[in-house]
Amino acid sequence: MKPAPRTESKAPAGNGAGLGADRVSRRVDGRLILDGVCLAPEQGTTVGLLGPNGSGKSTLLRLLAGLLSPSAGVVTLDGAPLAGLARREVARRLAVVEQQVDTQVELTVLDVVRLGRVPHRRAWTPASADDERAVRAALARTGLGDRRDQPWHTLSGGERQRVQIARALAQEPRELLLDEPTNHLDIHHQLDLLTLVTGLPVTTVVALHDLNLAAMYCDQVVVLNTGRVVAGGAPGEVLTEELIAEVYGVRAAVTREGPGDRPHVRFLGTLP
Amino acid sequence: MTARAVLLTAAGTLLLCCSLAVAITIGPADIRVADVWSVVAAHLGLGTSESTPIRDGIVWQLRLPRTLLAAVCGAGLAVCGAVMQSLLRNPLADPFVLGVSSGASTGAVVVVVLGVGGGALSVPAGAFLGALVSFALVLFLSHTLGGGTDRVVLAGVAAMQLFSALTSFVVMTAADAETTRGVLFWLLGSLGGAGWTDVWMCFAVLAVALVVCLSYARTLDAFAFGQDAAATLGVSVARTRLVLLCVTALLTAALVSSAGAIGFVGLVLPHAARALVGPGHARLLPVTALTGAVFLVWVDTLARTVLDPQEVPVGVVTSLIGVPAFVAVLYRTRRVR
Repeated sequence: MKPAPRTESKAPAGNGAGLGADRVSRRVDGRLILDGVCLAPEQGTTVGLLGPNGSGKSTLLRLLAGLLSPSAGVVTLDGAPLAGLARREVARRLAVVEQQVDTQVELTVLDVVRLGRVPHRRAWTPASADDERAVRAALARTGLGDRRDQPWHTLSGGERQRVQIARALAQEPRELLLDEPTNHLDIHHQLDLLTLVTGLPVTTVVALHDLNLAAMYCDQVVVLNTGRVVAGGAPGEVLTEELIAEVYGVRAAVTREGPGDRPHVRFLGTLP
Repeated sequence: MTARAVLLTAAGTLLLCCSLAVAITIGPADIRVADVWSVVAAHLGLGTSESTPIRDGIVWQLRLPRTLLAAVCGAGLAVCGAVMQSLLRNPLADPFVLGVSSGASTGAVVVVVLGVGGGALSVPAGAFLGALVSFALVLFLSHTLGGGTDRVVLAGVAAMQLFSALTSFVVMTAADAETTRGVLFWLLGSLGGAGWTDVWMCFAVLAVALVVCLSYARTLDAFAFGQDAAATLGVSVARTRLVLLCVTALLTAALVSSAGAIGFVGLVLPHAARALVGPGHARLLPVTALTGAVFLVWVDTLARTVLDPQEVPVGVVTSLIGVPAFVAVLYRTRRVR
């Protein structure tokens, strides 16, 4: 167990394809929110973004989604800068599930999932066979096939997140970004949702609060602290007692009882 | 469009045509549907009219343009409301509530009373500038205040008060008694002065606005979960907002310069249309336009006959209907939260 590197550490190595962040920084009102972060998720894997509140997880996700632009550095999709691509093109490749969304429009599950086809459809044309097939596949994959006519407002928090994931899948993305999708869910729905997400055939970057969930489900984790990457790699290498003490200010005991050498974190108390 | 939506649009069109034909026959002068047909046919060059010149004049110069303008105004205001509600994610948005109509009124009054500009198109142009200024003010205020649903409405109240005061100031200081009376009546929303020029101008603007809004139908759907969600669905949010806010301001300006600030049509009718065909804009916008048109044709008929021979400004009647609906929407949004 070696101490975590403090410099701008390399996140999981990629091959240039797919989504990548190269030394991105984001400055707001002179304050540095993100400082030289690199990220290159390997195709088809799940990368967990960890870190305390205000460490820059959400900002990094918004940069990756193209919702914000970096003050320095560049976000690329298959090597091309994201800022130079049309929003529509990006939306056909990359889908985003936000932390918690709501609407005052009275939509059904099917209406919401169909929104995922917006980037694929042209004005004035009805939905194509491809559109209908993608929507059906997304509903089936998320187990919502028999709830398509249920109104959005009657769904529980976990069901809403599941519908948003179905909507994201209907976009037929290769990259999926999720910002703390398990917030406000009970433990059953947390496990359920992460099992669904990690089983998808896409590259996933997911911000998570819960270290044990990250350890259970992520192929790689990247730990952010005050806008910098302080560690990156397989959960077993990264989630050490030293790192947790340093980043979170918490005493913890890390054991490896889980399947596949996955670490398990037991919290013992805060550090002075 | 689904079969249901096609059916509803066809039924709405039929209902609108029947409403127009029947509404024209209602009034102090005794005119039957057959007279309406023969006059219209004669003017379109299909056969000769058997009506007297007086009847011909009543139908062709008074009631027909007025009823058509009511239909166009109803359709236009309802479409403006539907687009604003979706774009601002605010079930209470409407050109009147957000103060856009007031801004347009000020712009028009400045042109009419102070004689700024001159020429045939200057009243609508003044109204358009006024509408844009007040819309920009409301969006700026609500944005800097935090952008919540209530904030937008409060910013709208501020803009409405400001522009009403400006309008009154301009009218009181510069206009003579007769102009003042005319302007005040028009400010309350009235279709009494409708002529064919108004009908054609409003119809042209409505047609253009409807085509633009329909081409943005799917984009408007994508705003259901907010701007960021729309952006991640491939919508360029800034361009969409700019185009659609300009189009709704233009449409509001055209309608206000012809018929004054008729309130609450844009607030109420989109909700009714959503209840009929659901929230998808490709279906919602045509049905909203049709229900708005039918609604205002009948409300105007009511306004000009209920206190016969005196006329109630149509805006007074729409407000009497619209305010309870406004409160009902407020209650509903409280439950949703």
